[in-house]
Amino acid sequence: MEKLSYDLIVIGAGPAGLAAAAEAYSCGVKNILVLERDCEPGGILNQCIHSGFGLHTFKEELTGPEYSARFIDLVKQCGIEVKLRTMVLSVDENKTVCAVNSTDGFMEISAKAIILSTGCRERTRGAINIPGDRPSGIFTAGTAQRFVNIEGYMPGKKVLILGSGDVGLIMARRLTLEGAEVKAVVELMPYSNGLTRNIVQCLEDYDIPLYLSHTVVDVVGDKRLEKVVIAKVDEDKRPIKGTEIEFDVDTLILSVGLIPENDVALSSGIQKDYRTNGLVVSESMQTNVPGIFACGNVVHVHDLVDFAVEEAKKAGRAVYKFLSGKLNNKNFIQIKNGNGVSYTVPQKVELEAVDDNLNIFLRVNNVYKNKFLVARSNGETLGKFKKVHLVPAEMQRVLLNKKQLENASGEIEISLEDE
Amino acid sequence: MYDVLIIGAGVVGGSIFRELTKYNLKVSVLEKENDVSMGTTKANSAIIHAGFDPDPESVVAKYNVRGNEMYEGLCKELDVPFKRNGAMVVAFSEENMTTLETLYKKGVKMGVKGLRLLSKEETLKKEPNLNDTVVGALYAPTSGIVCPFQYTIALFENAVSNGGELYLDSDVVSIEKNDGIFFVKTKDGKEFKARYVVNAAGVYADEIHNMIAKEKFSIRPRTGEYIVFDKSQGRLFNSTIFPCPSKMGKGILVSPTVHGNLFIGPNAVDIDDKENKSTNQLGLDEIKKAANITTSKINYRESIRNFAGLRAISSTGDFIIEENDDVKGFIDVAGIKSPGLTCAPAIAEDVVRILKEAGLYLERKTNFISKRKQVRFMKLNVDERNELIKENPQYGNIVCRCEGITEGEIVDAINRSFGQISIDGVKRRCRPGMGRCQGGFCLPKVLGIIAREKNISKEDVNLDKKDSFVLLEKTK
Amino acid sequence: MEGKIKNIICTSCPLGCHLKVDVENNTISGNSCKRGEAYGISEATNPVRMITSTVKVENESEKLLPVKTSGPINKSLNFECMKVINKTVVNAPVKVGDIVVKNILNTGVNLVATKNIEKA
Repeated sequence: MEKLSYDLIVIGAGPAGLAAAAEAYSCGVKNILVLERDCEPGGILNQCIHSGFGLHTFKEELTGPEYSARFIDLVKQCGIEVKLRTMVLSVDENKTVCAVNSTDGFMEISAKAIILSTGCRERTRGAINIPGDRPSGIFTAGTAQRFVNIEGYMPGKKVLILGSGDVGLIMARRLTLEGAEVKAVVELMPYSNGLTRNIVQCLEDYDIPLYLSHTVVDVVGDKRLEKVVIAKVDEDKRPIKGTEIEFDVDTLILSVGLIPENDVALSSGIQKDYRTNGLVVSESMQTNVPGIFACGNVVHVHDLVDFAVEEAKKAGRAVYKFLSGKLNNKNFIQIKNGNGVSYTVPQKVELEAVDDNLNIFLRVNNVYKNKFLVARSNGETLGKFKKVHLVPAEMQRVLLNKKQLENASGEIEISLEDE
Repeated sequence: MYDVLIIGAGVVGGSIFRELTKYNLKVSVLEKENDVSMGTTKANSAIIHAGFDPDPESVVAKYNVRGNEMYEGLCKELDVPFKRNGAMVVAFSEENMTTLETLYKKGVKMGVKGLRLLSKEETLKKEPNLNDTVVGALYAPTSGIVCPFQYTIALFENAVSNGGELYLDSDVVSIEKNDGIFFVKTKDGKEFKARYVVNAAGVYADEIHNMIAKEKFSIRPRTGEYIVFDKSQGRLFNSTIFPCPSKMGKGILVSPTVHGNLFIGPNAVDIDDKENKSTNQLGLDEIKKAANITTSKINYRESIRNFAGLRAISSTGDFIIEENDDVKGFIDVAGIKSPGLTCAPAIAEDVVRILKEAGLYLERKTNFISKRKQVRFMKLNVDERNELIKENPQYGNIVCRCEGITEGEIVDAINRSFGQISIDGVKRRCRPGMGRCQGGFCLPKVLGIIAREKNISKEDVNLDKKDSFVLLEKTK
Repeated sequence: MEGKIKNIICTSCPLGCHLKVDVENNTISGNSCKRGEAYGISEATNPVRMITSTVKVENESEKLLPVKTSGPINKSLNFECMKVINKTVVNAPVKVGDIVVKNILNTGVNLVATKNIEKA
């Protein structure tokens, strides 16, 4: 069997993987292999043909394929090797990657460092246990998006969408423009999980009603979907009897959340964070296994690809540091989520490894107005940031500079506080 | 003219079918659905029961222990997964323990091997994720787990390769008997002639019976709901865990599956509609509640699917396996409730005996092929994998990432199938879409492979039953 | 005198201010910032949207070319624009930014490719 070896293997050629590979290359890591299971690089953005990507990174609004193309070109220019149609089966703590494809067969490839950028997958009907029949016509939003945008097929004509996250909203508009009738978008929470812009431009523009605090309680259809029943939910998210509304639809689209795709990572004993469902990483995007890094949606689900790419670049630079022996992997201090905060990434920091700023991404657990995000360590306030408007769907950032970090001793806690 | 015509392509019909293809006979099966294993066989607990549960006087008891013994060999011959993982009936009170003692004695009397009563400590040592309020357990090491549809599909594949004939989409609407010959008509206008008819029509066995014979029994469907969990939960238990049994059945189980998942269920609700396989919130809540008595370790966020199945409960409360007095040559195999899956191979042997006694001449085939093979890429070693990919590059293309299923396996399943195979038909054969993403990733791919291999348009590919199309039309 | 009022939710930032725009007098209330003012007036008088979709590729049954309008167009033209898009067929190869339909519906905006498609 072929025994291949690289300085860096990047798993997944979405924007995060491509950006990480290019960044590592520009830092001086030259012997890189990128593995991608699809027939082309670009990741999920290939099917996100709507615009709105890249305002932070490129200061312009790109469509998904255009955004990906920038990084595909970059990786091409660097001459980085990309193996397409290649599935990674496992990664072990010795940094051996097992992968398979049709031309090379089964491969064992060793690496000095690995970056996991495997993205995320969609929550399904089974995960949220929607009862009823099991006819055809029920799709996750991403699967429907693939059918419409890549393969060019309409899944149906009369559509109900469960979940008001951005993917669900975008699909409401896409299907409407392609000739379907979207009867409603249904959201379990009392607020939408999507951007206001998408509520306006994807729903209001087309007079699609949004039912907040509602959920699907029954699915009817022997062969193809015929009917979906929704009901209002109480404060505990339990359906309220007597509030049922029926929709005659042939298609139900589920946009009920994304889960980091960390199966490969977990096979190598990499630590998972039960708050994010993703991987535990340090300020350098390094997992608990030295030399194995992660970035993008496998770490936590982002709402903006720009931030995934930002993390990816950090991981790329950190690989260079690791390979040149500049990461100690010692003296980690934990970053904890306090009041009102549901998680933080990174979850730990090696203070000596912070270049100039420690960037902490986090999400809040509810809708808040006029609050402060406060970083504390041992009673000492490291930083305090005014936030006018906070929603769970919008990732927040806390930046602590080196000077602020000098006061850190032991655990750093980020919490939401009043004046 | 067929020697034997079987109505119903479930595990019972399939077992009888395969058994009969061992002889020089012309045998066929009529199935109303577009694939085999579409009724009760598709959705049940998938347990090969040890046999301590049935009433020793019942017809069920005749087949249970024997059926259990036969499975290991059959699964080896047919190359389908089977595991003797053992079962435990757990007691949460002293009163339960008394029931278990009765069960133990009954089991021993019926010849169940290896039965043991376990103390609390022994129970928890074997299954540490049981709630520690457990008092003790009855342990049955011979209990097993199997994949009912892979097993049934394998039976049919093997029987067909041995000369048996299978007609799908063949809904029987009338049966007549003239001059010792049965004339069986289907909805789409086909007519079949046969000397013997075996009624293995599951929940419809009463209706089939009544087409030709005097009304004698009725079948009422009893629905049972299940929740299946990710493989992350599959490690919680080694054995199948039963609560103490009650009148409505064996209660709500917690069990690993042969593929390494975990499931809980079923509840038991008598219903009228023989096609109603829907789940409802009350039922799902009921099974969760019951499972919580057994264990509090299940992470419900890891559920990947819920489903419901129908058991065929006869008005006699027992299996009905006999030649009809009023219509000779017409054999009922009806009311096959749990443990029907376990009993199926033993029932098949017995039905052959009944047919023989009814005058069917049996002559063993000399060229019967007992073995069937199925490639499972992830089970192969490195050299085998590479050899296979070199021979057929489709084995290097992994289509289902969750279960590690290659394009080669999918094409193989399609080629072995019996008709216009559906996406779920492929899933039942080789598992793409069975994993945690439930086909979110591989469904478009499997759909495309079916369209390509069958040379049909993508709009004509079904999810499961006939007319369960996935795609409506092209966007442009 | 108060003119015709349009209610608009501001999409300039996640705050989502509820704006009231007096279309006749070109005045606005409910905004918290300058950006909101500009958005509100433009959304009330000439609401514009980007359109993204796909077009057919000649001799390709399984491949579509994603496209976008090179700039926003009046939103009342959304479905008219889709009619043009649905009739359009391109020939591979195509590069990102290539014009697929020039001056679509006389808006002065082009329909452009957003992906590279190589010749089959």
